[in-house]
Amino acid sequence: MLDPIILFFLLGVVASLLGSELRLPAAIYDFVSALLLLAIGLKGGIELARQPFGALLPQMLAVVAMGLLLPLVAFPVLRYVGRLARADAASIAAHYGSVSVGTYAVAVAWFERREVAFEPHMPLLLTLLEVPAILVGIVLARGLSRQTRWGTVLHEVMLGKGIVLLLGGLVIGWIAGEDGLSGVKPLFFDLFKGLLAVFLLEMGLIAASQLGSLRRYGAFLVVFAITMPLFSALVGALLGNALGLSVGGSAMLAILAASASYIAVPAAMRISVPEANPTLSLTASLGITFPFNILVGIPLYHALAERIHAYTGA
Amino acid sequence: MGTYTRKLLTIVTEAAIEGAIRRDLTQLGARGYTITDARGRGDRGVRNASWETSGNIRIEVVCSSDTAAKISAHLEQHYYTHYAMIMYLADVEVLRSEKF
Repeated sequence: MLDPIILFFLLGVVASLLGSELRLPAAIYDFVSALLLLAIGLKGGIELARQPFGALLPQMLAVVAMGLLLPLVAFPVLRYVGRLARADAASIAAHYGSVSVGTYAVAVAWFERREVAFEPHMPLLLTLLEVPAILVGIVLARGLSRQTRWGTVLHEVMLGKGIVLLLGGLVIGWIAGEDGLSGVKPLFFDLFKGLLAVFLLEMGLIAASQLGSLRRYGAFLVVFAITMPLFSALVGALLGNALGLSVGGSAMLAILAASASYIAVPAAMRISVPEANPTLSLTASLGITFPFNILVGIPLYHALAERIHAYTGA
Repeated sequence: MGTYTRKLLTIVTEAAIEGAIRRDLTQLGARGYTITDARGRGDRGVRNASWETSGNIRIEVVCSSDTAAKISAHLEQHYYTHYAMIMYLADVEVLRSEKF
């Protein structure tokens, strides 16, 4: 059976397709997504305090390397198979190398419902995966041009909503620990699924409104937006296995790899690679990949991670 | 009461570049500006603010005609090609000339 929170997403999709004027006020959407980001960060921070940080370093480096690699794989496919302009190919590649926190949140709910355990420091890896792909995307579009003001770019990227709240949550959780956070627990942890449901309702409305532009961009984009996450998930699951993560952890890493950004990367690309068409990348990441991942991807990637672990006898 | 004529430069553009434009305005000599969130439709389709990247802003600057010319030339050169942006100018009367 579908998770109830997915039904909220479908409600949004159906309402939008039927032409409903339903929309969450922008301020509410901002608030709900900020709470989700903080909650994910806090949860990761609490767990980080329990383990030696140094032991995580190899995993952190490997995940950053994956974030650099995935856009480099996506770019030639977009450029030469899809015949997209260089800027468009680079921008879409950056979206697919980065992560979607929304997808991660749905995966957390899915895992909890099925009591699948996963490494609790995943939010740290999630945060790390946001940035590398953006830098690769800009280099792919521009080359290592001196015109790119890297200082400004890094400033915008690192101070974006996603990074500040995730990282901020991690640090607060790490300092305060579980007992220290018991006072704010009702808001961030007990309400998590309810907030996620509201968030997904809005995501359904937005995702469906992207579908209108699909007709203009043709079949290649649809095929790419489904096969690229499948490939990335395979990379993520193999990497998780190689790093010695549990089945749940490998599946989670596969989900992170498969997810495509729709907040941090579009904003950064709009500023740094203005000639890239933003509708193209958003249609792919928000209109196709996000729904695909939360409806089909999560169980699929979990099964994939299970297979890989069975084969390698881990 | 005496009034003074100044230019009102209105810019409607993408919310994504608000930060960059604010820096430009200050550098080019605008002493102040007002920014509001906006929605609408134009050459680049419906900008309905339903998503962070599809939000628009409207920036209003009251300044001397020299400054207005400088700002509009700069914005046209740097942003017209790749961003959704329109600008228009109007004469307005202000009460305190020293503010603008």
